[in-house]
Amino acid sequence: MDEFLTNLPEFRAAIWQTFYMVGISVVLGGLLGLALGLVLYATRPGSLMSNRAVFVGVNILVNVVRPIPFVIFLMAIQPLMKAMIGTTIGTDAVTFALTLAAAFAVSRVIEQTLIAVDPGVVEAARAAGARPLSILLTVVVPEALGPVILGYTFIFVAVVDMSAQAGLFGGGGLGSFAITHGSQRYNWVVVYITVAVIILIVQAGQFAGNALARRALRR
Amino acid sequence: MSHVRLSQVTKSFTRGRNGPRVVALDDVSLEVAKGEVFGVIGHSGAGKSTLIRLINGLETPTSGQVHVGDHEITALSERDLRGVRQDIGMIFQQFNLFRSRTIAGNVAYPLKVAGVAKAERDRRVARLLDFVGLLDRAHDHPEQLSGGQKQRVGIARALATEPSLLLADEATSALDPKTTAEVLDLLSRVNRELGVTIVLITHELDVIRAVAGRVAVMDGGRIAETGTVYDVFAHPRSTAAADFVRGALRDRPSPETVARLRRTHSGRIVTVGVQDRTGFQTALARTFLEHGVAAGVIFGGVGELQERAVGSLTFELTGPAEGIDAALATLRADGVDLTEEEG
Ligand SMILES: Nc1ncnc2c1ncn2[C@@H]1O[C@H](COP(=O)(O)OP(=O)(O)O)[C@@H](O)[C@H]1O
Ligand SMILES: [Mg+2]
Repeated sequence: MDEFLTNLPEFRAAIWQTFYMVGISVVLGGLLGLALGLVLYATRPGSLMSNRAVFVGVNILVNVVRPIPFVIFLMAIQPLMKAMIGTTIGTDAVTFALTLAAAFAVSRVIEQTLIAVDPGVVEAARAAGARPLSILLTVVVPEALGPVILGYTFIFVAVVDMSAQAGLFGGGGLGSFAITHGSQRYNWVVVYITVAVIILIVQAGQFAGNALARRALRR
Repeated sequence: MSHVRLSQVTKSFTRGRNGPRVVALDDVSLEVAKGEVFGVIGHSGAGKSTLIRLINGLETPTSGQVHVGDHEITALSERDLRGVRQDIGMIFQQFNLFRSRTIAGNVAYPLKVAGVAKAERDRRVARLLDFVGLLDRAHDHPEQLSGGQKQRVGIARALATEPSLLLADEATSALDPKTTAEVLDLLSRVNRELGVTIVLITHELDVIRAVAGRVAVMDGGRIAETGTVYDVFAHPRSTAAADFVRGALRDRPSPETVARLRRTHSGRIVTVGVQDRTGFQTALARTFLEHGVAAGVIFGGVGELQERAVGSLTFELTGPAEGIDAALATLRADGVDLTEEEG
């Protein structure tokens, strides 16, 4: 415990690093994934802007990338990282990888959630003379808002998880802290406290997500 | 002047990518006049929804033309079509309200699409909700309403842009009889007070009977018969129309009923179509009497269609054979619709 207290400044920094990584990748990856998900939904056959070539292309890309385990993904995209942000190690590199991983995961969540929207309301909007893009953004997305929020909550938890895994690669944040100050020094108190904080972050995110989704669903 | 015109419209779908072709509409032509309530009746799968969706271009025909007013729907680009759709309201069996919007928000939606300014939008939404009797529910959400109320919101939304044409796809099929009657009354008011032309599709004869002036009977993607509601159902010429009448009025005996009647009645059995003219039944009775024939009603019913009598009566006729033959010949010569039940 004493040793933990001497590491308190590093611990605080690790928490901020986790927030930094998770925050940026959930927001940027969330937006990118939303865009991809909207494309998947809108271009599928029979949908609002069906376009076979675009749908098949994006669909294959998502199918290829999404199932790759994050730690392998992290290594696999190092050339891309190098080209885009100039480094392959550290918090920024991990954030870059997290953002992409989150985007691909979000795209499927969004697509599946939007597909569940009653085609009848899309029909009603079409019958009112609305443009497809307007229907997508002002009807389909709002109709799916509750499940979309729950989907983002799910992604948030997954990103916290992935950001901790990145600790194995010196990515910074709570995962790294637990390894360098905890398990490598056989200091299990540090490990458990770190785990508790991660659980707390996940719980807080889940709670907020549930509350927002309940509001959107009016239940 | 015709408001909607379908000319030799055919529509086929392919099930799956290389699946079998389904002909949903087969050489359909019809005209709907300005200001009328035009009904389309048919069983499930007859092609009714496909037909109504062609009118606002939600579906494009495989061949043939669709005109609405001065527009040839089938010749318009998707972009031009959107403008025309703003002048065509549509209501649905499942209401299709936006759950994410309030009642007022639902009604305001088509106005937003049409680019109507906020102040004017609010004014119109209030007027429409008042028209359908739901002004006090403006800030509620759809799930707080009953089915009938939801459809009234659907109607208000469909009328928001003051369209001259309203399309109703099984608008009352999800409602109970009492609520159905309320919604149908509202549709009649829309037609009468606002002068909106209505095309209404249904599988229920009672719906047609309550609101439509003219009707097309659909069967297997074709129009079996078109005419005034009275003509089509009082004197059906197609088996499809006759089936609907039998189903709804149950006044013509089925072969099973005839067999049952046969067991308990030894005389000759004839079924007479009731005619909507004064003294018809008196004349009928007198003819039998004059030929020494006793006629007793053993089956049937007389109802009303567009305020005119319809139905049929099945008689057991007893008396001398030549008297019965002479009476039947006289009636036939008078144009009475008369069927002697065989078996
Ligand atoms: N999008 C579609 N794809 C394939 N078949 C369809 C489609 N829409 C309708 N059909 C078929 O066309 C026929 C007529 O359907 P529909 O117009 O919905 O009939 P109704 O409204 O009278 O029940 C049915 O056999 C139906 O299965
Ligand atoms: Mg239908």
